[in-house]
Amino acid sequence: MSALGDAAWLGPQEWAALRLSLKVAFWATLLSLPLGICVAHLLARGRFRGREILNVVVHMPLVLPPVVVGYLLLETFSPVAPLGQALAQIGVVFAFRWTGAALAAAVMGFPLMVRAIRLAIEAVDPKLEEAAATLGATRLRVFFTVSLPLSLPGVLAGAVLGFAKAMGEFGATITFVSNIPGETRTLPSAIYAFLQQPGADGAAWRLVLVSVLVATLALIASEALARRMARRVRA
Amino acid sequence: MSLKVDLRHPLGEVALDARFEAPHGVTALFGRSGAGKTSVINAVAGLLHPHAGRVEVDGEVLFDAARGINVPVHRRRFGYVFQDARLFPHLDVRRNLLYGAPDDQGLGRVCDLLGIADLLARRPATLSGGEKARVAIGRALLSRPRMLLMDEPFAALDQARKEEILPYLERLRDEGGVPILYVSHNVEEVARLAATLVVLDRGRVVQSGPAEALFADPALAPLLGPRAAGAILSGRVVAHHDDGLTEVSAAGGRLFLPQVGQPAGTALRVRIEAQDVMLALEPPTGISALNVLPVVIAQMHQGQGPGVMVQLRAGEDLLLARVTRRSAQALGLVPGLACHAVIKSVAVAPGGVGRG
Repeated sequence: MSALGDAAWLGPQEWAALRLSLKVAFWATLLSLPLGICVAHLLARGRFRGREILNVVVHMPLVLPPVVVGYLLLETFSPVAPLGQALAQIGVVFAFRWTGAALAAAVMGFPLMVRAIRLAIEAVDPKLEEAAATLGATRLRVFFTVSLPLSLPGVLAGAVLGFAKAMGEFGATITFVSNIPGETRTLPSAIYAFLQQPGADGAAWRLVLVSVLVATLALIASEALARRMARRVRA
Repeated sequence: MSLKVDLRHPLGEVALDARFEAPHGVTALFGRSGAGKTSVINAVAGLLHPHAGRVEVDGEVLFDAARGINVPVHRRRFGYVFQDARLFPHLDVRRNLLYGAPDDQGLGRVCDLLGIADLLARRPATLSGGEKARVAIGRALLSRPRMLLMDEPFAALDQARKEEILPYLERLRDEGGVPILYVSHNVEEVARLAATLVVLDRGRVVQSGPAEALFADPALAPLLGPRAAGAILSGRVVAHHDDGLTEVSAAGGRLFLPQVGQPAGTALRVRIEAQDVMLALEPPTGISALNVLPVVIAQMHQGQGPGVMVQLRAGEDLLLARVTRRSAQALGLVPGLACHAVIKSVAVAPGGVGRG
């Protein structure tokens, strides 16, 4: 019970883990969202060769063991890999940095995000898109003025799922960027580390509660927003 | 302005094989449901890619299967009014109207024409069916189309709503200056609006030409349905009488119709159904029917049933009368015979009277 009593007071390490997780999840969601919307739109409306292949590739992180994804990321972006080297030349480094944690979180959350957005785009009546085209709108304009606004609640749902997944990502993150306090020690990694440490149960508990709190707040906020958007779209 | 269409495309059980031209004015694509009307209009708009054929407007080829030409929908510049209106639910009426418009210059004029100025701030979900249809027409008009395509814009509306909108369409036809290709299976609507008729049956064009000539063609009556057959008289309002009748002068003589809500001098198109016309050899006396026109039998067409469709010449106009074979024999009706057409005033439905 004393652990719960202390829960309101986070230590500096715990604060660091929370801040880092929020930062990682925020950037992972924000930067993967445009790509997620594009891919979802391609999968929902596109008629091209290789659509099924794209679908499989997008869903890979969902079915692969996270450790495998983390290892593949490490092999691709480590400073000794060609791509990692090339990126390092222009100042972009992922391995063992918080940016790498964001990349891992984005990759792992991508299938969930795309799935939600794709469903929303598929639910948009194609007849409205046809009507927009007869009024002279290019495909790009149809997308931005009809498809996207009408699927906004689903896009938001996808973003929240991606964010939640990013907050909770563990396997790929720890494999790719390790568990470095202040740099790559996100909430789950910190909980894991505290559990390894004798006498740190209290800290672990506090972070568990923080995780629950953040997840709950995110859900409530997204529900409220989605309801508002849905009302705007329908009414 | 002329639209030339030549299409071949498989459609489930029937094959679309349609060739026709739509000149200026309102051209109605008429036929039963399943005849392929919507497919034709979709192919013109570019929403359907036919297996073979050509679509050409004023010499500009929009589609040619043989030459691999297919101008995309958004560059064809047709204003499509869909059966289900298809307003954008997330935009208010004003933004719906202006969606395809290069600027808001025509907005005031179109709002006046369609009576939708009071709706601008509303959302589509709060509009009635008739209001939605009018906004959809306005939206298509404001995109400055070379032609309006209308796919049964009244299909979802009841008779009262239809009566509310038809006068707007007549104004659009007379003042808008935009040619219209109009899909319908409703004889009354088509008779009121169309100058040119293209009759489609099981994917094929069975007749096309000026609407008044086709509606007066007794051979075409079976296709329209014997009960729907009827010719169009053109006339002009002469006077409104105190007893609720409107006097109309037509080429064949005077007609008295139930009150027509148009001022004296207005040109009218009056559809007179074949089943409402009686024939008499002598000028009848002592009957209640107010309209007796001297006519000459032009053609007779015998269909499957007990009826005979008789085409009558009344001045420059043509009338259709549907009588039984027995009566035709008893009276000795033959082409060239002069007789009298008797029309009950109250038989002329208000919906059958439109502005000419």
